[in-house]
Amino acid sequence: MEDLIQVVDWSRMQFALTAIVHWLFVPLTIGLSLIIAVMETIYYRTRNEKWLKTEKFWMTLFAINFAIGVATGIILEFEFGTNWSNYSWFVGDIFGAPLAIEGLLAFFMEATFFAVMFFGWKKVSAGFHLASTWLVAIGVSLSALWILVANAWMQYPVGMEFDPAQMRNVMSDFLAVATSGVAINKFFHAVTSGWVLASVFVIGVSCIIAARGKNLAMAKDSVKVSGWIGLIGIILTMWTGDGSAVEVARVQPMKLAAMEGLYRGEVGQELVGFGLIDTENKEIDLKIGIPKGLSLLANHDMDSFVPGIDDLIDGIALTPEGDTINTVSYAERIEIGKAAQQALRDYEAARQAGDKGAMEAANARIRENYRFFGYGYFNSPQDAVPPVALTFYSFRIMVMAGGYLLLLLIVALFVVYKKPDWFDTRLARWIGALSIPVVWICSEAGWIVAEVGRQPWTIQDILPVQAAVSAVTASSVQITFWLFAVVFAALIAAEISIMVKEVKKGSEREITE
Amino acid sequence: METLQIYWWLLISVLGGVLVFLLFVQGGQSLLLETRGATAKNVIVNALGRKWELTFTTLVVFGGAFFASFPLFYSTSFGGAYWLWMAILFSFVLQAVSYEFRRKSGNLYGTGTYDFFLLLNGVVGCVLIGVAVGVLFFGGDFSVTRGNILDGQAPVISVWASTHGLEAICSWKNLLLGFTLFFLARMNAALYLMNSVDDGSKFFTGCRNKAILNGIVFVILFLALLAVILLSDGYTVAPDGTVTAVAYKYAINLIELWWLLAALALGVVLVLIGYGLTLLRKTYNKGIWWTGIGTIITIVALLCDLGYNNTAYMPSLTDPQSSLTIANSSSTEFTLTVMSWVSLLVPVVILYIWIVWRKMNATPMTSAEVDADSHSY
Repeated sequence: MEDLIQVVDWSRMQFALTAIVHWLFVPLTIGLSLIIAVMETIYYRTRNEKWLKTEKFWMTLFAINFAIGVATGIILEFEFGTNWSNYSWFVGDIFGAPLAIEGLLAFFMEATFFAVMFFGWKKVSAGFHLASTWLVAIGVSLSALWILVANAWMQYPVGMEFDPAQMRNVMSDFLAVATSGVAINKFFHAVTSGWVLASVFVIGVSCIIAARGKNLAMAKDSVKVSGWIGLIGIILTMWTGDGSAVEVARVQPMKLAAMEGLYRGEVGQELVGFGLIDTENKEIDLKIGIPKGLSLLANHDMDSFVPGIDDLIDGIALTPEGDTINTVSYAERIEIGKAAQQALRDYEAARQAGDKGAMEAANARIRENYRFFGYGYFNSPQDAVPPVALTFYSFRIMVMAGGYLLLLLIVALFVVYKKPDWFDTRLARWIGALSIPVVWICSEAGWIVAEVGRQPWTIQDILPVQAAVSAVTASSVQITFWLFAVVFAALIAAEISIMVKEVKKGSEREITE
Repeated sequence: METLQIYWWLLISVLGGVLVFLLFVQGGQSLLLETRGATAKNVIVNALGRKWELTFTTLVVFGGAFFASFPLFYSTSFGGAYWLWMAILFSFVLQAVSYEFRRKSGNLYGTGTYDFFLLLNGVVGCVLIGVAVGVLFFGGDFSVTRGNILDGQAPVISVWASTHGLEAICSWKNLLLGFTLFFLARMNAALYLMNSVDDGSKFFTGCRNKAILNGIVFVILFLALLAVILLSDGYTVAPDGTVTAVAYKYAINLIELWWLLAALALGVVLVLIGYGLTLLRKTYNKGIWWTGIGTIITIVALLCDLGYNNTAYMPSLTDPQSSLTIANSSSTEFTLTVMSWVSLLVPVVILYIWIVWRKMNATPMTSAEVDADSHSY
């Protein structure tokens, strides 16, 4: 493969493009399905028609979003095979299971009850319909659960062992895969962030509708439901975000260092609240720091040491007293990785020769060195450093936007309950409308931190991207990348246009009449 | 272990059978080509629109289950036949938005564009899925070298011919399978519409004519395909893993595994009964159930014929020793066991799909219903 690096780069870009586009729709589906289910429950209990009509309005927007989410979701599943075929074999024994379970337990539930939700009003009882709406919401979250289990396993591979005879990793403990701390945190963090996103979307659209004056009551009702869901969501998102930070510090310290733009760490490390990173000089300009903040965030201990990028590369850590201790440097990891790979070659040669003694000896060396197997593909420690600036800025954008959204949700609930006169003002309309892109930027930034920050690994420490690709030409991937880009642009434009039309229609007629 | 591999190949075959049956949605979309008038098109799209997600989901689950149980297939076929799978993928991406967007105001490109996407998916989706299945019967140009994972410059273990699936699309045998599937889907679609739409005798008669015409083409193509498969060489796997070509391997499998032959015959007879009753009785509208069940049984039998009896289910024409078998491409015993426990929930899934199907299709759809429904496609 003469153009291996180009194939890798274009495959990464294609996967990044499809993942980013897919995530534009998924969190809205997660959150809006819950909001709609709550609205239908209120209707079921009160039999007040205004709730039914309110629910149906949001269902229209939900369906438009759901369709394009489904369309972009299938691409990711295919791309594991089409663009990451080595990955599919090397860890397919573990990674395939959550995908299959997702399909069986979640997708069928969503697909089956989606039809009832939209077309079953006169075909099933009210109770059956309500159950269907809830099952769609549950199915959406179940789907997220299994995908995030799969994603978490890539970042923290547990419950597996390496089988040298088949030259692949095999599952040894399913529960460890499904219930790892990283997976649980990731699931709750992503799902509750979906509640936040959908709530802010509902609040924003409600502000726009309310400003036209025809659906003030409906808009307020919508904000009351979504405001509480959003507030609970953002509190849980922040709580699980804290848990995620601890997990990242434990299992992906390089990612944490990149998130902070930290090259040399200290005991009682400060957290960068704001700053401009200079990766050449390894400095942060215009820095506003929170003393001991990073130590507290990462280890829940203000006097703990947090390693920087160069500390990790050099294999240096500090004790709480400030004494230097040595860990495994990245140069050593590369040597260990190469030793594991050589042992695997020896194992294969011994297997072909039928020399069981040599096979056992080689296998022992593989087991001894396997934890850094993936480093054997690198020539330099720098190869294992993620893009620092992008990770650094994305993290800051996510945190700052998250803070703003918390404030927005509190204010929205305050206004709708205590100052309803403020609700249908021009100011409220503008704040509501402008908050919609903010929540999406926040959500996407979070994923950029998670995925760019873990580069260059597809499987942490085991398989870097350059060993995970398919044997296709760079030009082939380039063509499909641009095709995807064009199709996505066209479909997103259509979706936004349809959404705007529907919201406009909602503004011009009395929805609950 | 062998039992688990056999069990999972059976599950994959059942999913494949259900998928081929549900491709009536794609077949129905292709019928838009010869359907005149917005009302008739809307009725067809909405009748299919109640089921399109089921087909889509089955495709996704089929892929996911294949990935989980036979990851080397996923790795080799998807990563190798790149253009084939990408073409299938694009057609399904366009389909997924078209139902929801086609009649929404502000959709930018007009109803006609989205209907064209549905038509495209109807033709391309069916034919190319058939081509992909054809590669399983008639082989592909690939090699598998696990040791490549240690080659820093070219670390990919599954390597396909440089045409990356275009050669599979150009193979007449694969295309024969693809078009057989296409006309089966069109026949099933017409039968489904006869069963689930009540929009006057003109609509019913039109669907009946389409079912009869597409059914004739399907039967001719199917007989040709069956002859080609049974006369083709297959590849057998010796206990030591050596793969060799064997003349009439698929026919031999049917003789040695008599129950597969019986299942195949039963499936074909059921399809013919559904077709025959529709042909003979002018108002008969339950043909879809006969042909649907027959389709599933036939496909299960053919896919089992492909994977059982020490047969390479995806032969490599370049390097026969690289051929994929259910033994050399599967997940481990541990993973297959875990997945088998999960598969015990399949009856629950089938049960709720059945209940919902019955409730939603209890009364046939009418054009008035489509017009009155604010969420209609």
